[in-house]
Formats: sequence, structure tokens, C-alpha cells
Amino acid sequence: MVPELGQLTLILSFCLCVILGTLPLIGAGTGNRQWIGLARPLTAGVFVFLSLSLLVLGYSFVTDDFSVAFVAQHSNSLLPIQYKITAVWGGHEGSFLFWTWMLSGWMLAVAIFSKAMPDDFVARVLGVMGLIGAGYTLFMIATSNPFDRILPLSPADGADLNSALQDFGFIIHPPSLYMGYVGFSVVFAFAIAALLSGRLDSAWARWSRPWANAAWAILTIGIALGSWWAYYELGWGGWWAWDPVENPPMITWLLGTALIHSLAVTEKRGVFKSWTVLLAIMAFAASLLGTFITRSGLLTSVHAFASDPTRGIYILGFLGLVVGGSLLLFALRAPLMKSEFGFAAISREVFLLANNIILVVASAAILLGTLYPMVYQAVSGGELISVGPPYFNMIFVPLMAILVLFQVVGSISRWKKTSAEYLRRQLGLVAIAAVVLGVVLPLVVTFEFNFGASIATALGLWIILGILQDIRIKISNKASTVSGLKSLAVSYIGMQIAHLGFATILLGASLTSIYSVEKSVLLDAGETVDLGAYDFVFQGTEPVQGPNFVGDRATFQVMKNDVYQRDLHPEKRVYTQSGTPSTEMAIDAGFWRDLFITLGEPRESGAWSMTIHIKPFVRWVWLGAILMALGGVVAVTDKRYRRLRVKTLAGEETARSLKSGADKSAEALQPVSQQ
Amino acid sequence: MKPHRRKKLTIIAFIATGLSVAVGLSLYALSNSIDLFFTPTQVAAGEVSSGQRIRIGGMVKEGSVARSEESLHVEFIATDYNNDLLVRYDGILPDLFREGQGVVAEGMVADGVFQASRVLAKHDENYMSVEVKAAMDAAERDRADAVPAGESNGS
Repeated sequence: MVPELGQLTLILSFCLCVILGTLPLIGAGTGNRQWIGLARPLTAGVFVFLSLSLLVLGYSFVTDDFSVAFVAQHSNSLLPIQYKITAVWGGHEGSFLFWTWMLSGWMLAVAIFSKAMPDDFVARVLGVMGLIGAGYTLFMIATSNPFDRILPLSPADGADLNSALQDFGFIIHPPSLYMGYVGFSVVFAFAIAALLSGRLDSAWARWSRPWANAAWAILTIGIALGSWWAYYELGWGGWWAWDPVENPPMITWLLGTALIHSLAVTEKRGVFKSWTVLLAIMAFAASLLGTFITRSGLLTSVHAFASDPTRGIYILGFLGLVVGGSLLLFALRAPLMKSEFGFAAISREVFLLANNIILVVASAAILLGTLYPMVYQAVSGGELISVGPPYFNMIFVPLMAILVLFQVVGSISRWKKTSAEYLRRQLGLVAIAAVVLGVVLPLVVTFEFNFGASIATALGLWIILGILQDIRIKISNKASTVSGLKSLAVSYIGMQIAHLGFATILLGASLTSIYSVEKSVLLDAGETVDLGAYDFVFQGTEPVQGPNFVGDRATFQVMKNDVYQRDLHPEKRVYTQSGTPSTEMAIDAGFWRDLFITLGEPRESGAWSMTIHIKPFVRWVWLGAILMALGGVVAVTDKRYRRLRVKTLAGEETARSLKSGADKSAEALQPVSQQ
Repeated sequence: MKPHRRKKLTIIAFIATGLSVAVGLSLYALSNSIDLFFTPTQVAAGEVSSGQRIRIGGMVKEGSVARSEESLHVEFIATDYNNDLLVRYDGILPDLFREGQGVVAEGMVADGVFQASRVLAKHDENYMSVEVKAAMDAAERDRADAVPAGESNGS
């Protein structure tokens, strides 16, 4: 009975989404105030009913209702409670419900935090999101219902959650990734609403910016958590593999990064309008493409859900409809988007344009490498190929290096026009210092020249010193350093934190790729293996028993220069229900380096195969991501974005159109009042 | 030409140049890092030139896995049930590697033996990798062609 309730609320949310996607949009177009006023309550309704659906599914998991097919496939009576709850997003159907619920959460947030915006604009934004929600809920009802039952012959117990997912990373990575992903539909809805209403002005850009920053910051965390989880769970010592399913979030993130920069230009200078709208559409399309790739079964990967061709066709159709429709609207509204080219060849606008081009080219190249195997297979009649990490690195690394060069120059130059002389004066010393330290630092630490390490260090320092120089310029005419620092805008501080985060990732990613070492060996108990400055003494293994697994636990003594450091305990488990083996790494995490041991398998003699890694700077990758996300969040808190309607020309226009809209709706109401 | 037109044109030229350089580089990089996929039958038929980096896929033949007691060396047979391919690997096999299950390996063929640089196993119980599935389907088609339809049940 209870699962049917979830089904019912799901259908109700679909109905509400359909109403939300029609009446408020029509109302905003015709000036019908009543219909405009429906947007917020309908949004709340969608959120409530989808929450109920999600709660019902969670309840079915917690109460071990294996008559629900999705629960039977992804849970087991012995599964620990935290995984029973989170198994809701452990498979295709449930995760899509969770995804759709996230959308309704963002919608509710828009409905609540939009007091500064005109009601007709909010109605349009929520209406567009309602249409997206209608597409998602219909998809679930038609092709992937999480409440499908196995009746009357329900299984006595479930098949268990995939053992690779039974981990803390699984509790936090999917929610944050989904939340970031879905967040870009808000920015998309803002762009479509702007196209519909014809108000592509700086007010629109100002309203969009906090949402774009928030979605971007959360997506950053989501991707970083995925990378961290893959690092400690999958056990091959890597933190990024250019896996076809990792790529779409990365593409979305790169487009999102371009978008938050382009929005800044549109807000401050009123240019790049059409480009910003295009980016918002592209970022949203990339998030849909990610859904398509994971859920169509076209690709093999850790992330792929079991395949069903109708789902792929539906998502592809939806993607085509959304992108095609948006581009059509974009083309129809193109005359509205005239921007004046009021800037010189050396100006912040130009450097931000370069930033955007590089980011879009990088995402296009990743998209090409991700889709190429699928296209090749279709064209060649079934021949299979794969595109490996060398391709992605060959494209991505040089592009990011160029991006960094522009990044510092861009943030130090001024809007409209900057003289080359000014840039030389402000950045000459910074550049020299970065290059000299870039060569010297790695040399001093490792006694060895490494070209890649020098370039990476120089680029990282270029950003860091550039930030310091920029702040110095900003506060140089203030009375004291403290009052100068206090006078910095919150969004400016956010930007510099995020830029510092980018430098941290750049240093971490490059240096860990260059300086990591690993060794695979076969060891008997009591034997020692040395790697880098460390000795690892293998003490043997002992059996362990968990709630739903059995396994072996090894003990290693880590020595550095003959001084005992600590013990490490990697494990090899077998999950009893499914019989799947799983390797649990042992990691000694540190700011400067990680030590990392994975167990292979035992030989008949009692010896174990194992791999030992030393990974310098690997933590910097995630530390950098945290800084970037923090920067995004700090920028969102800037009060400037929540100021009530600013008196601009555009604002007056809105007031006028609202007034005429109100008149029209008054007319529309007349017959009713006469009755 | 009006100055703002010229400026616009310059920017468009700038973008177009950047894009075409990027596309050119991408295609060049792509042509150098594509791994073709082969089935054991294709390898047996000599379709792979030796030294070429490829991927192979098939089922791990029951009872074929042999591990060295002194080193990490391991050998197993990947089969599509028409032809067998001996795979050699020095390293640790993934968790989900098992006899009778699908496997994909990267490496190169030398003297009819596949020297793997990386071994991937399929990812969960119900899911066979696209590559292994394609290899199995191809092999099945070959068998169906070789044996008249009525007799295939008896074999």
C-alpha cells in the first residue's frame, strides 16, 4: 500500500509541473496576475509531493519492503542502515527520483529567495523549471518507475547494494554532484525567462549570478568528492581517469566556469549578452548529456546503470527538444541582444573573452573525446575503439596553462581599456619572480631539474603572486592595510579565494602526476619493501568479520629513515550476499604526501601481492577544489545581489510593463467580478 | 569599414583562428591515442599487427588462470568460445576479475600472445561490458554461420 502512495504523489507532482509549466508562463506573457501568482504555490506543491515520493521510497528501504523491485535490487536485510537510506540513489530509478527532487528543491529556493525580482520574471523562471520537471517526472512514470512491484512472488531478501558503493563517499558524492548539476537548470531557466520577456539587461545578469555561483560551487565540491572517493575506493592510486562518465560533469563545470565569468562581464559592462545566454544553454545541455551517458547504457563504466534503450531514446529526445527549443528561441530573440563593443584591444573584457574561448574549447575537446567512440561505433558498423587519457591530457594541460597566463593579466587589468605599460609595470616583477622560483624551488627540494615541475610551479606562483599584487594595488591608496582589506568587496574576496584554489589544484595535479611513485611486489610476512624515503614492513594478515562481509586485514609498519612512523591496515573483503570481493586501501594522508597501500591477492605460499604508492601533493587537488567552492559561496553572500530593485532604466521598464500587465489582468478579471 | 565593424571582425577572426587550431590539435591528438578493440578470433586471424597498442576482450576461460609463486606474473586465457588468446600480465588483477567472467585488457600482441599493460574487469554482477558483449555476439554469429541452424542445439 505504502509504495503506491509514492507512485500517486509522483503522478501528482507531474500534474503540478505541467500546470506550473503552462499557466504562469502564459500569465507572464499576457499579464494575467492571477496566473503569475500561481507560480510560487505550485512550486511549493511540486516540492512537497516529490519529497513525499522520496520519503516513501526511503521508507520502503528502511522497512525492507522487497516487494518493491528497486528495493529488492539494491538493498538487503543485512545492509547497514545508512546504506539502506542512501541506496535510494544506488540505482537508476531511485537516483532519478532523487535528481528530480533536487530540481524541485532548487525551484523552491528560487521561489523563496527571489523577493527582489519582479513577479512576472519569477513566474517565467519557475515555469521553465516546471517544464523541465514535467519532462523528468514523465520519464520516471513512463520508463523508470522506482515503485514498480514484484507481486505476488516477492523475494524474501534483496540482492544487496553494489559493494563498491558501500562507503562514506557514496553517501555524500551523488547528492552534491546532483545538486550542482541540477543547479545549472536554474541559470538556464533565468536565461530562457530573459529571452521570453526580452529583458536581457544587467539586472538579469545580477539576478543570475548568485545562482550560477552557487551551482558552480556545489558542482565543484561534487566533482572533487567523486575524485577523492575514486582515489581511496578504487585503489589504483589515481584521482582522475577521464572516464566517459567523469567527463560530462567536467564539461558542465568548464562551461559553468566560463558562464560565471561571462555573467560578470554582462552585469558590469552590458556586453557578451548573447554569449552568456548561449553558455547557460550549453551548460544545462551538458548536464543533460551527462544524464544521457550514464543512463543510456552506451558506455561501460563504474557509473553506468543497467541499460534500457527506451530510456536512452527518451533522454535524447528530451535533450533534443530542450536544446532545439532554446536555440530556436535564441535565434528569434537575437535582435534583442545587441551589445555595444565599447572596449579596447587590451581590457579586462578581452581577457575574459579569452578565458571563455579557452574554457569552451577545452570542454568541446573533452566532449569530442567522450563521444568519439560512440560515433565511431555507429559509423563503422560496430567497430569498437576507446580514447585514452593521453588524448585528454594532451589537449587539456596546455589549454589550462594558457588560461592561467590570461587569468592573472585579466584580473589585474581594468574594464574598457588598459595600457600595456600599466600591465608591464604591475606584473613584470611578478612574472620574473614566478619564473625564477618555479625553476629554483623544485630544484632545491628534489636536487633534480624537471621541466614539467618547473612550469607548473611557475604557473602556480604566477597566480598566487598575481593575487597578492592585485590586492596590493587595490588597497594602496587606503589609509592603512587593515582598512584597505576591510574595504574590499565580498564578491572580490570570493573571486580571489577561488583563484587561489585554482592555483592549488594546478600545483597539486601537476606535481602529484610528476612526482608520484609506486611499486607492485609479492611479499611474505616479515619482508620489507622500500620506496622513496620509506620502508614498509609487512607483518602478515589476520581474518576480519564485518556485518555483511568477511576478509583479511594486513598490518604494515611504516618506517622513515629507520624511525617508526605508524601502522597501516589495508583489507581485502568479500561481501557475503553477492560474493563480490573488494579492496580497502590503507592511506596515510598528509599535507605534503600520501602513503597508500592496496592488497592484491594471496598466493598458496601465504605471500600477498600488493601495490604501494607515495603521492606527493595529492591532497592539494581537493584542497584547491574546497577553496574554489568556498570562493563561490563567499561571492554568493555579497549583499549587492540581494538589494531590492535597483533604479535603473531597465527597472523602470519593468515597472511599466508590470503596470500594463496589471491593467490587462484587471480587464480579464472584470467578467468574474460582474458575476 | 567602420571602426566598430573592424573591431568585431578582428574578434571573430581571433575566435575562428583559436577554434581551428584547437580542432586541428584535437584531431591530431585523437588520431594518436585511439585504442582499437579486437576479439580473440580477430587476433587469431592475424588482423593485429604486432606492436600495435590495442584492447582485447572476452571471457576468462575456466581453469586457465596461472599465477607465479615468485612474482606478480599471471597468465590466463581470454576466449570468445571460438578462439583462445593467451594473456600475460605483470601486476595485480582487479577485484572483479574471475574465471568464467568477462575481461578487457590493454596491451599488445607479440608472437600470438597478448602482453597486457592493464586489465579491467566488468563492473558488476548483472552488467557485461559493451566490448565483451560485442565480442561474444560476434563469436555467436560466427558459430551460427558455421553450424546449420537445426544442429546447433545438439552441440
